[in-house]
Amino acid sequence: MASTKNMTLNLKIWRQKDSKAEGKLVDYRVENVSPDMSFLEMIDVLNQQLVKKGESPIAFDHDCREGICGMCSMMIDGKAHGGFKNTTTCQVHMRLYKDGDTIVVEPWRAKAFPVVKDLAVDRSALDKVMAAGGYVSANTGNAPDANSILIPKPIADEAMDAAACIGCGACVASCPNGSGMLFMGAKISQLALLPQGAVESPKRALDMVQTHDLLGFGNCTNHAECEATCPKGISIEHIARMNRNYLKAAFTYHEKKRSEGGG
Amino acid sequence: MSFNLDAKIPSGPLSEKWDKHKFEMKRVNPANKRKFTVIVVGTGLAGGSAAASLAELGYNVLSFCIQDSPRRAHSIAAQGGINAAKNYPNDGDSVRNLFYDTIKGGDYRSREANVYRLAQVSNNIIDQMVSQGVPFAREYGGYLDNRSFGGAQVSRTFYARGQTGQQLLLGAYSGMMKMVAKGKIKQFNRREMMDLVLVNGKARGIIVRNLISGELERYAADAVLLCSGGYGNVFYLSTNAKASNASAAWRCYKRGAGFANPCFTQIHPTCIPVHGDYQSKLTLMSESLRNDGRVWVPKKINDSRKPSEIPEDERDYYLERVYPSFGNLAPRDVSSRQAKFRCDEGLGVGPTKQAVYLDFRDAIKRDGKEAIAGRYGNLFEMYERITADNPYETPMMIYPAVHYTMGGLWVDYNLQSTIPGLHVLGEANFSDHGANRLGASALMQGLADGYFVAPYTIGNYLASTPLEKVTIEDNAFKDAENAVKLQTSKILGIKGKRTATDFHKALGHYMWDYVGMSRNEAGLKKAIDGIRKLKEEFWQDVNVPGDTGDFNIELHTASRVADFLELGELMALDALERNESCGGHFREEYQTADNEAKRDDENFTHAAVWEYTGQNSSPIRHKEDLVFENVKLATRSYK
Repeated sequence: MASTKNMTLNLKIWRQKDSKAEGKLVDYRVENVSPDMSFLEMIDVLNQQLVKKGESPIAFDHDCREGICGMCSMMIDGKAHGGFKNTTTCQVHMRLYKDGDTIVVEPWRAKAFPVVKDLAVDRSALDKVMAAGGYVSANTGNAPDANSILIPKPIADEAMDAAACIGCGACVASCPNGSGMLFMGAKISQLALLPQGAVESPKRALDMVQTHDLLGFGNCTNHAECEATCPKGISIEHIARMNRNYLKAAFTYHEKKRSEGGG
Repeated sequence: MSFNLDAKIPSGPLSEKWDKHKFEMKRVNPANKRKFTVIVVGTGLAGGSAAASLAELGYNVLSFCIQDSPRRAHSIAAQGGINAAKNYPNDGDSVRNLFYDTIKGGDYRSREANVYRLAQVSNNIIDQMVSQGVPFAREYGGYLDNRSFGGAQVSRTFYARGQTGQQLLLGAYSGMMKMVAKGKIKQFNRREMMDLVLVNGKARGIIVRNLISGELERYAADAVLLCSGGYGNVFYLSTNAKASNASAAWRCYKRGAGFANPCFTQIHPTCIPVHGDYQSKLTLMSESLRNDGRVWVPKKINDSRKPSEIPEDERDYYLERVYPSFGNLAPRDVSSRQAKFRCDEGLGVGPTKQAVYLDFRDAIKRDGKEAIAGRYGNLFEMYERITADNPYETPMMIYPAVHYTMGGLWVDYNLQSTIPGLHVLGEANFSDHGANRLGASALMQGLADGYFVAPYTIGNYLASTPLEKVTIEDNAFKDAENAVKLQTSKILGIKGKRTATDFHKALGHYMWDYVGMSRNEAGLKKAIDGIRKLKEEFWQDVNVPGDTGDFNIELHTASRVADFLELGELMALDALERNESCGGHFREEYQTADNEAKRDDENFTHAAVWEYTGQNSSPIRHKEDLVFENVKLATRSYK
């Protein structure tokens, strides 16, 4: 169980100079690791040691360090974010490990996420999926009074469950197919649940799914690894809702080309 | 040299200024908007909403962010909520009330006209965000729910669990993505702004570093919007994200943008205390927790009993005692200072004695565990993950931490800096929060600036300013790029013995000890001397391995630390020159008998605006006098 004394850890960390270079696991030893450190603080300590020796520090993505920005990644011992329930890498604390442990740290592995350097990957494919329809087409302007759209609390809560996605990509990295369907399903489901978003729900589902597939993400074959690994506990029910929306749209959604001219 | 600090406040009654101004401003006709290009630096609430709105209007937007996606800007970490004067709970709120609370909360050091406009557009923001599908908390009837926040006696805060910032940012981001798909926004990720390019005295472009390739890139435009956030990380430890930095704003300052009130920083009262010198950041626990949590310390010094063993009459609920009418919801600056006083008296708790309790025992007894979990479940989980303590069973331990910077680049009513064409939005500017920001007002200001102010004032600027053709081949771009290259090779060439983070931590100690919650003349002078020496050492002894042609994270850090070292000195200088206490700026020499901030309205009812005069000469302190026509200056009291 939880360690209370400082530890020595053996790390095997993926080093890769850039997207084209070959990578490999490199051994490091970090001493005097406090159980109260976060995982990233432990990497910070290692990086400071490397810099002092004039070596290149390990590149990794991180920013808010409080589990909300979705920037941190890392496969820790083969599991996205270390595999602790509802936890991002930045919120993993070293008290979860014990003295002498060997920990393997690798970048996200997915066709749609090429490695940029060491542990950092390119997740811009997620932005492209969003640009395909992950929004309500409401321009800035005179929106109706917020309370003119009533939303039952249970629906609002369910939409919020889906909206909690931080876009880290752990679902993709954990999926044997490298599928982005939990990420995408969460957005499609959130907006389909809300009256504001329901209006363009069919077109959204069709466009996003098509883009998702073109970007090299795989399909969902119900492994549910994504749900198990999602740091925000997002349920695969949202994939099911996405599928229902998509199927219905595929059969029923038609858009005729019309001229908008006139005067 | 001298600045033109005309705030360009429209004439007429306060409540009609913005309307009048909107009528009088010039507009760019719809077909001509596509001829203009606007650069937006930063994709937080201010930058994201501005980029989306300007693109919707038809302008070409070039948007830059430091992270790998615009959705990760630090606005995302805001937890508690966003204020608006909707008066949905029928507790008597109004635009005027929100305006008044904000002016008073800022300790009368903000600009009336800007703050009034902020309160006016606050309601549109909620409507806008709901229309974009932001899942705000709802009542069973389907209506929006509200809660109360510090410094207010009404419930005007809208929220989405403990993730309001995230939901609002994703709303703004989704608007951006919609315009990216339409080709009206070109999004550039993993770029850091290194310099502002001026042509004929006007902001016409930027130099950025591509953080992956290491290359410098040039971008030209007709106007530049700086939405790069605050500079709290000058303290090293703060609640800011690790990439949050001052460099974009600082480089603008060095190009001639006035820096206003740099010493106005907000120390947030409810953060998880520091636990070790390896610590990389501090985690905020939302102020909303003070709605139900009670803040206390033991009455006895060095009381080593567990909190549950300390009986009721041996606890000091000091906020409720000192401020009976606001209690645990006293504003942030006041609450932080009181926590510091208790710890200075030796009443602090926990292993470091630099903490106070925030206790939910009574709320759980009153409302049940489930109700409390419904309100704060995710915050409690986060606390437990970090500290391994369960706040349902034992009180949280909290301590103040640097959270927000009210100071920033000076802007006029149009959000334009002292450099024509450079507009500054959100936390990066100085205008709305005075010497202390109220909770749930940062999200409001970022979105107000981006959605409902800048889209009009930028149009006015573009329509009324002669803009000659500019390309990235112009000398101004080459010169700016060369200056950045020179600085970079200088940093890389030192190959000394200390890491950039070492210097940053050392700077942080000066800032926290002498330019933090409590300041005095001797300490500030000591900080200025110390920071100057540290800066010299940095340029002789920093070690940055590697080169420029690479994703060199150590180079990124060192370049930011170089700017923090300069900014830290200016903050200390500003604090030294402001011989009064106001809001978050507490000068020990100026306090009332019961330790409250003592303002000097006669001599300091102004914004101090600093002008850069070169590396080896002192900056000049200018003043923008703040005129209060609608609010009577009073001693702020929350008793």
